[in-house]
Amino acid sequence: MSRIVFLTLLSHWRRKPGQLATLLIGLSLATALWTSVQAINAEARASYDAASVTLAGGAVIVLTAEGGDIPLATFTALRRDGWSVSPVIEGPLTVDNSVFTLRGVEPLSAASRTGGIAGPAGNGGGPGLEFFLRPGVLLASPETATALARSGLDLPPVQVSANLARSEIVTDVGVAAQLLGRGETVDRLLLDPEARAGLTPLDALVPELRRSTQAVSGEVSRLAGSFHLNLTAFGLLSFAVGLFIVYAAVGLGFEQRRGTLRTLRALGAPVSTLIPALLVEVLVLAFVAGAIGVVLGYGVASALLPDVAATLRGLYGANVSGSLAIRPEWWLSGFAIATLGALGATAQSIFKAARLPLLASAQPRAWAIASSRRYVLQAAAAGLLFFSAFLLPQIASGVVAGFALMASLLFGAALLLPPVVTVILNAGQAVARGPVAEWFLADTRQQLPGLAMALMALMLALATNIGVGTMVSSFRLTFEGWLDQRLASELYVTTRDEAQSAEVRAFLEERADAVLPIWSVETDIAGRSGELFGVVDHATYRDNWPLIVSETGAWDAVMRGEGLLLNEQTWRRLDLPMGSLIDFGGGPALPLVGVYTDYGNPNAQAIIGLDVLTSRYGDAIARLRYGVRIDPAQADALASALLRRFDLPANGVIDQASVKRFSLSVFERTFAVTAALNVLTLSVAAFAMFASLTTLAAMRLPQLAPVWALGLTRTQLARLELVRAVVLALLTWLVALPTGLMLAWALLNVVNVEAFGWQLPMYLFPADWVRLAALATLAAVIAAALPARALATRSPRAFLQTFAQER
Amino acid sequence: MLVRVENLEKSYGSGSERQAVLRGVSLAVSAGESLAITGESGSGKSTLLHLIGLLDAPDAGEIWIKDEDLSGLDDKGRAERRRHQIGLVFQQFNLVPSLSVKANILLQARLANRIDDAWIDALTERLDLNACLDRFPEQLSGGQQQRVAVGRALAARPELLLADEPTGNLDEETSAQVLDLMLELCADAHTALIMVTHSMTAAERLSRRVHLTGGQLT
Repeated sequence: MSRIVFLTLLSHWRRKPGQLATLLIGLSLATALWTSVQAINAEARASYDAASVTLAGGAVIVLTAEGGDIPLATFTALRRDGWSVSPVIEGPLTVDNSVFTLRGVEPLSAASRTGGIAGPAGNGGGPGLEFFLRPGVLLASPETATALARSGLDLPPVQVSANLARSEIVTDVGVAAQLLGRGETVDRLLLDPEARAGLTPLDALVPELRRSTQAVSGEVSRLAGSFHLNLTAFGLLSFAVGLFIVYAAVGLGFEQRRGTLRTLRALGAPVSTLIPALLVEVLVLAFVAGAIGVVLGYGVASALLPDVAATLRGLYGANVSGSLAIRPEWWLSGFAIATLGALGATAQSIFKAARLPLLASAQPRAWAIASSRRYVLQAAAAGLLFFSAFLLPQIASGVVAGFALMASLLFGAALLLPPVVTVILNAGQAVARGPVAEWFLADTRQQLPGLAMALMALMLALATNIGVGTMVSSFRLTFEGWLDQRLASELYVTTRDEAQSAEVRAFLEERADAVLPIWSVETDIAGRSGELFGVVDHATYRDNWPLIVSETGAWDAVMRGEGLLLNEQTWRRLDLPMGSLIDFGGGPALPLVGVYTDYGNPNAQAIIGLDVLTSRYGDAIARLRYGVRIDPAQADALASALLRRFDLPANGVIDQASVKRFSLSVFERTFAVTAALNVLTLSVAAFAMFASLTTLAAMRLPQLAPVWALGLTRTQLARLELVRAVVLALLTWLVALPTGLMLAWALLNVVNVEAFGWQLPMYLFPADWVRLAALATLAAVIAAALPARALATRSPRAFLQTFAQER
Repeated sequence: MLVRVENLEKSYGSGSERQAVLRGVSLAVSAGESLAITGESGSGKSTLLHLIGLLDAPDAGEIWIKDEDLSGLDDKGRAERRRHQIGLVFQQFNLVPSLSVKANILLQARLANRIDDAWIDALTERLDLNACLDRFPEQLSGGQQQRVAVGRALAARPELLLADEPTGNLDEETSAQVLDLMLELCADAHTALIMVTHSMTAAERLSRRVHLTGGQLT
């Protein structure tokens, strides 16, 4: 019996393939967007983990030379003295237009230093160091190994390691030196910070080398966590929008099958058979949609991942592979989320089916007729959500609280939409003149329950678009202004070493208005690893570095060596009042006298007087870079003269415009993913509207037939359907606008501060709103076009049949 | 005795708006017998049919089918009896729109797991539905749809056929045809028929008639 009931239920979808397609597309899109975000997050996490496995399991001291290369003799000297040291050579290896990072390490010392390098795949996860003892072998991820094998290049044999990042190839130092065409030098030395007692101090043994602590992957992973949370929130939002489609499609499907369910029960199918059959049906649909969704999600993730990789590099300096691997956990999570989503969206329909009275009228009727009581309840729930949105920032902090605030705002507004639109339609009806206008408004109000879900989905997408758009545009405007101020120097010069640096400085001082050293040292600032800059006393800083909080005469205090400026994100994280003493090593702490904006930098940064910096850190300072102030008209000539006179490194002289261009391109790539997800969410919402209008169109005939009989032509009715879609889309946009602006406020003042540590001013972009209204109108017209066309060309017999059936 | 109901009572609404629809109705129907229940609109005849058909539960009284009291059955038990012992024909046909004519006819027989191909063939032949077995309900006329409903109700050879205004949506000629078929087929299958109708002409075709007024048989 269960089989017959199940097949009878399924027969509905066979007769309504459009509705089935709507349901599957909705669920697939929801799953796809969710899966793609999960895939991107998983890929990024895998890259962090792989980087962690490849080199450095914890804090490592990195020794580098000013000129870039360290002679192998230095490595030998350190080793002989008893230091636990490992050499690293690194460089790009181009294979078929793909650039991989080739890293050469010394196996034994790397093993003792790092606790092992990933062994070949299928090796049971053992260290696999014996592999390195065989000369001339490359270690690469399965994808990279395939790419290398396909290239046809004369390369050493490749061993596969699933734990390596896909952009990396690891081999021993000798092979790497050969492939990269290097001589008897290495790029850096990794040193165990827990040195044995009795060793010669590094300052005495290798005074020419600079020491720094390598940022470990855990740190990067933690920093990038906020970004991934951001993506996850977007994924969830898209999923929610997709579920609105499923909810609407399932609801309509249920209404249309109400008669069938009653008939089945009357013929002897008990509820205890019907409900499991409905559940199995949902699971089958979820399985199919889940499979389609995961495949689609893979496509979306593949398209977005390069931008995400760029974002993570730009924002956090994290290295993420730009290509995607298929992981079994996506399939599982895709199916799980599709099933949960489908069950969630169909729960109400299944509940209704379980309680369906056997003897009520079996005629199909329009979707749930909204009662004023339901709207009152919805408005009350919306009020509750708004209140919690107001309370959240006062009682909780953190990125999660920020997102909870946004979720409360968005879903509160979504719930409020149908009551607000009803009120507006009622008001319109009160002032409407003429029977057609009155019928149009009343009929629109009657249709609202059937369209509410799609309109709520559209509202969510529009509000997100306005909110995120306002945030990004405000950020862009602020960032550009900030760059204009901060990049005051006309030229930026980088030298090869300190000897060349001194010559360049002398050369410039004769020709430029001012030469501003950009000297820094990596050190702990208030207990956090960061970069400490020293500045000379020059008007450029006073005029161009905006301080968001400062004491009077802050710059004077810095120049006198009596104060310190801190970047905004560190100041916010530490929550320090002005005048707090900030320790930065090498001597007594200095009081905090000001805070400056420092967008895009996840680390601590501080500015002190140059004299203080040089007196405390002396030789540890990298004295290689300068900002040059000169009449802009003479900047090009001076740049040419510099390049002619000195053998500067690549990009040794960069003009202001190039730096700005580069910074803005990093900015644009950073938000490319957000923009793409924005468009995708809007597309899903447009589809929701199309799906609802198409499905409702089939049930609309009994309501339209009497008006047709009274004298309106089919074309007029079709035109009115189009107008209705546009009116509803514009009303939705009207509600989305303030919601989006509140969302932007929350993003700029709560989420950004929590996630990145910087607060941004909010600007308004009315032209964007108008553009979005036009887009919403267009989406509505496209969504309504097919149903309207079908109505305009419907045969009069179809209209007449509704009267016959109503007899 | 195939069906016996005793002192059935049923009310709808609550509090001061509570309205008694059936007030102590008792009747009995033998196997193969046909009974017409007539009455004005609101007299309770459809309610009585729904109670006998186990589609609803009485407030008081007993329903016996083949010497078994079914008044206390739960939803599953009532569904099982409907599936195996009762055929139903409604005024609105209530066909499953997504199933073909043939699938609609076979539906109850399949649910009851009681398929008799020879009987089904004879049924579709007698109902003159062979030409439209692969069509869907929306492609049929009202008379054809009701013939499909009759076929569906009798496909599992139930002991009792309940028909609620089966000709209420049909013209006079078609009504007569459908009624003829129902009576013939019930006779062939030795199925008892209880039919609710407004039409005295239709009622007179059945072997016995009872009239319901204000929730009581007269």
